Amino acid sequence: MTQNAAPALEAFVARAAGQGAALAETGLPTRRVEAWRYTPLRSIADTAWQKAVPLTTETATALLDRLVLPETGARVVYGNGQLLNALSALPEAVRQASENVSPLKGVFSATLNTALGERGLDIRVPAGTDAGLLTLVSLSDGQDVSTHLQHRIVLEDGASLTLYDVSAGEGRYIANPRFDIVVGKGATLRHVKVQRESLTGTHLAIVSADVAEKGEYDSFTLNQGSSLARHEAVVTLGAPHAMAHVNGVQIVDGQRLNDLTSMIHHAAPDGSSRQTVKTVLSDAGQGVFQGKILVDRVAQKTDGYQMNQALLLSERAQINSKPELEIYADDVKCSHGATVGALDDEQLFYLRSRGIAEADARDMLVRAFLIDALDLVFDEGLRDLLLRSMMS
Amino acid sequence: MSDFLKIQGLQARIDADGTPKDILKGLDLEVPKGEVHAIMGPNGSGKSTLSYVLAGRDDYEVTGGSVTFKGQDLLALEPEERTALGLFLAFQSPVELPGVNNANFLRTAVNAVRRARGEAELDAVAFLKAVRAETKHLSMSDDMLKRAVNVGFSGGEKKRNEVLQMRLLQPSFAILDETDSGLDIDALRIVAEGVNSLRSPDFSALVITHHQRLLDYIVPDRVHVMAHGRIIHSGGPDIAKTLEKQGYTQFLEAAA
Repeated sequence: MTQNAAPALEAFVARAAGQGAALAETGLPTRRVEAWRYTPLRSIADTAWQKAVPLTTETATALLDRLVLPETGARVVYGNGQLLNALSALPEAVRQASENVSPLKGVFSATLNTALGERGLDIRVPAGTDAGLLTLVSLSDGQDVSTHLQHRIVLEDGASLTLYDVSAGEGRYIANPRFDIVVGKGATLRHVKVQRESLTGTHLAIVSADVAEKGEYDSFTLNQGSSLARHEAVVTLGAPHAMAHVNGVQIVDGQRLNDLTSMIHHAAPDGSSRQTVKTVLSDAGQGVFQGKILVDRVAQKTDGYQMNQALLLSERAQINSKPELEIYADDVKCSHGATVGALDDEQLFYLRSRGIAEADARDMLVRAFLIDALDLVFDEGLRDLLLRSMMS
Repeated sequence: MSDFLKIQGLQARIDADGTPKDILKGLDLEVPKGEVHAIMGPNGSGKSTLSYVLAGRDDYEVTGGSVTFKGQDLLALEPEERTALGLFLAFQSPVELPGVNNANFLRTAVNAVRRARGEAELDAVAFLKAVRAETKHLSMSDDMLKRAVNVGFSGGEKKRNEVLQMRLLQPSFAILDETDSGLDIDALRIVAEGVNSLRSPDFSALVITHHQRLLDYIVPDRVHVMAHGRIIHSGGPDIAKTLEKQGYTQFLEAAA
């Protein structure tokens, strides 16, 4: 077994043309690295990952046709790490910016992205402007290729934007997007993410969001694809009354592994954070939830809530759940809970005794398990879209 | 006619913390088409076990005997197939289903049964019309349709929800497992009326109860006394009154 994935790293480093230093320092984390203990990366070691070739509009359109996407709002499409102009338009209210993604140390997905980054969205929503809905589609297609999009999204004070962020593709690839998000005073970014990568793909996403006074980062992630996927969010509530929602649903079957990792950092007083994550596992699927809430000494009156629940539909399925609370302030309200369970036999029998076939009864109960996480998606239209996407 | 529901020598056990416990010990019972029968018996006599075994709950192991329903081997069928065939169990303690909307649940159940019986499914409008007519009869609020199944329902509301399901699924044989427990007199009347209005030459029922009271409203054709996993005595509706006055002792002694 490869403990240190030198061949893969060399391949990456060779590609990075001079930017390889940061990656070489960190290396590919082994399972001895606490943050990756439950999510082994050995499946991406030993492959000489190549830069993906640009997608034709035709190929991209064929991939797009398979997705459940919003009919309204603006849409921007990336194919293998490159903007597809013919399929893309930004919302009118949004300004194109030219800013660099800020560094994020000590997070492997970010290090990898920094080393090989490709320019993605770079936008600014002007103060006091509601830019509406922007659908961002990131498509990948190829064999042993990787993409590393860097997105920077800045909401000025009082601005708002809804980002519907979909990743999908075909083949064996690594999609490694980075979102660098700044939410200004009283601004609101709603980030609904749908991860439906190819079942042989790998998805390593890293979101960092800095939220200013009375700003809100409201996110929901559906993890439902890839052979191996981690969605990682690092949210910093750096000014009073900032708010974060880091909710999600993971649906894991086959031999796949899906991972939601988050760090919510309360660095100022009166902040609040909410997190509900539900994972449904079948076959030999593996789920990981790592949720840390860090409350600084200055962050008095913090109100934090975290709940993660897993439903195991098979004896071979596995969930690793690691809630972490690290609190240095003495006047806070932080609660968390975790449950792991199977379907309830009595409930199943009740449904079947009403004529509902066993498979349908199971589906109903799984949906019921997920519903209170899905209900946290603020917009009914997007919630329906997510449900349709989940069932497709 | 006599082969509508026929139970012969039925034996069943449950696994009680690793040791099998026999509960039904050779039970014989026939309910002919169009008749309503009642079963009365002390706690622990196996009344609820009988209803679960008939409905197909798999924590009970059938170790002997047979059940035929409309000429079919009932015990060989899945629970949903039994329901499609016309059996319905109104639960003593209906389970709560958080996250399952009651109206969606009812429509899913109705259409599953209609499909299995070769009938056309009801669309949303037709279903709503059908369900509204029933809820009105049962004095149920529309609010109960919007809530999650049985979640936050009072005891009486749960029982009414059971009767609502029974009426929507149109069974030919209903088992009512202590449907009267936890009901006040008004609710009892409403529930009894819900059952009585189904009575016809094509509808049979087995009413399991502790109390004579329910049988004042749903008057049975026959009453069976159950004890120690068997039917120990059968007779006309007046047995219920005797039981109410004198208790089970005389029947238990006679059977001993």
